[in-house]
Amino acid sequence: MQATPTAIPASRPRPDYGSLVQINRIHSSLYYDEQIYREEVERIWHKTWVYVGHTSEVPKRNDYVIKSIGPTPVLLVHNRHGEISLLQNKCPHRGNLLCAYQKGNRSSFTCPYHAWTFANSGELTGLAFADGYEGVDKSQFSLGKVPRIGIYRGFVFGSFATDGPSLEEHLGDARRALDQLLENSPEGELDLTAGFLQHRTQANWKFMVENETDGYHPGSVHSSIFQVASSPVPGLYKPESVALTRDYGNGHTEFDLRPAWRKAGKPMYWFNTSEERLPDYTQAMRKAYGPERARQIMIDGSPHIMIFPNLFIAEIQMFVIQPVSVNESIQHVTALQFKGAPDFNRRLRQQTMGSVGPAGFLLADDTEMYERNHRGAMINNPEWIVLTRGEKRETRDADGHRIGHSTDEVPQRGIWRHYLKLMTE
Amino acid sequence: MIDEDEVSSPVSPPVRLSAEQELTLRRIEQFLYYEARLQDLHAYDDWEALWADDAVYWIPANGDNTDPETQMSIIYDNRSRIGIRVKQLKTGKRHTQTPRSQLARIIANIEFVGQNGNEFDVRANSFIHEESLRGPATWAARNEYRLRLVDGAFKLVRKKVVLVNNNKPIYTLSFLV
Repeated sequence: MQATPTAIPASRPRPDYGSLVQINRIHSSLYYDEQIYREEVERIWHKTWVYVGHTSEVPKRNDYVIKSIGPTPVLLVHNRHGEISLLQNKCPHRGNLLCAYQKGNRSSFTCPYHAWTFANSGELTGLAFADGYEGVDKSQFSLGKVPRIGIYRGFVFGSFATDGPSLEEHLGDARRALDQLLENSPEGELDLTAGFLQHRTQANWKFMVENETDGYHPGSVHSSIFQVASSPVPGLYKPESVALTRDYGNGHTEFDLRPAWRKAGKPMYWFNTSEERLPDYTQAMRKAYGPERARQIMIDGSPHIMIFPNLFIAEIQMFVIQPVSVNESIQHVTALQFKGAPDFNRRLRQQTMGSVGPAGFLLADDTEMYERNHRGAMINNPEWIVLTRGEKRETRDADGHRIGHSTDEVPQRGIWRHYLKLMTE
Repeated sequence: MIDEDEVSSPVSPPVRLSAEQELTLRRIEQFLYYEARLQDLHAYDDWEALWADDAVYWIPANGDNTDPETQMSIIYDNRSRIGIRVKQLKTGKRHTQTPRSQLARIIANIEFVGQNGNEFDVRANSFIHEESLRGPATWAARNEYRLRLVDGAFKLVRKKVVLVNNNKPIYTLSFLV
């Protein structure tokens, strides 16, 4: 999907975000106002750390794949020097879109307009009809680079800001959830090889971010699939559940499902299966971590975390949220695949294909809600939406992070608290 | 955008039909129109009854022939999952289909591709107009079918729906396609 122009100058004074974002009460215009969207692109998407892709998507030297940072396409490249880098997909001569393919393997890119050729590390290596460029310094015409790239255990993030908090500072304790995720692999690594579905959504991106850790909706939005397919998931989001919501700060939020899985105490119950049904995986895990630790990992399962603003790990699949315009977004989704776990991976793909994407048992209904959320926001009375659920029973965990019941709006308040900071600092 | 290494499949010439196959093709056309009508009118039980026990219902993503055993598909249902899909629609709480999409589809370019005993391989194109709360949407696909003649009636053994835009962001696809 192509980016829409975002650099149009603001037409009126900056909105007073402090009055629009009251943490437990949010003004509807934040979802549909064009100027607010342009400012979000500038202050969030083109400034903070944004998840781009995973190193396992470009495993070989010269592999590339088109990804995005907000509405802007970027090339994730495993370049000729063996480095992972992020390049802008734009010829510096006359601004033509450089690469028109989704992915491939090449050591250089040639612009089809006037045949300028660039190494996949960005340098201009060849000019057609060089006689008209006497004395030119080719190094002036390298491809644009995303100024900062940060990789945490294979997760590649980019930031268009030349300075700012480090990726480690940005992730904070939310890193632990990524560590928990990778422990589900006997080799401690992801291998994202299944390709992405792209779900086009006529709604503002923040509806998606907020819903990923909304434990109040599954009982109603997903009642149809809960009714016809048995799973331990519905129980996580009932009043008697011991699962938690957590606000890690910096906009990162999660469901901590471990209390519920530990209460059940059965390995792989979180995946609605058992060790017996995944013998190869169970054996590989015991060999890698020792029987006790493997058992604990397989009881605790995979995390459910929304890394602000766009990376959502939902136990068995991974979403990347991309804004396209104020009222359109793309949900990119793929099955999580763990290195060294072929029997488990097969089931992860099957479950993911059933659950998510345009025809998914779960995500088709979530997406229906996003689109109705957006249309509802544009109705002018009442102007405010309410995020007070569980406000009075919100507490702090041992690390000082806000926690609440699995159905409480702790995450949503956390997301808006961070949003307000980004939009006003 | 498509992958750089995407290759196009060879195009086979049309099959020369025997007189009996000509008649079978007419019955196949009637069957496909019937399936289309059941889908357009949300006749879920009757549609589910068309499927054989060993059925596969496949809507690939990111190309015509991505391997469904290793790559993400939009739908890759066995018979049991087709049943779940229909049951979910019938709960009345499948929100993306409450209210239901309003549909009319054209099934055309119906082509007899091959026969193996009582099984027939068929191709067709479909063009679907959908109206929903979001507004209008159109869908275009090249379909491949394997039909089995059992006790004088066709069963769907395999249906593959290649949406022409399956490598792009697409809207929710929750009606029967």
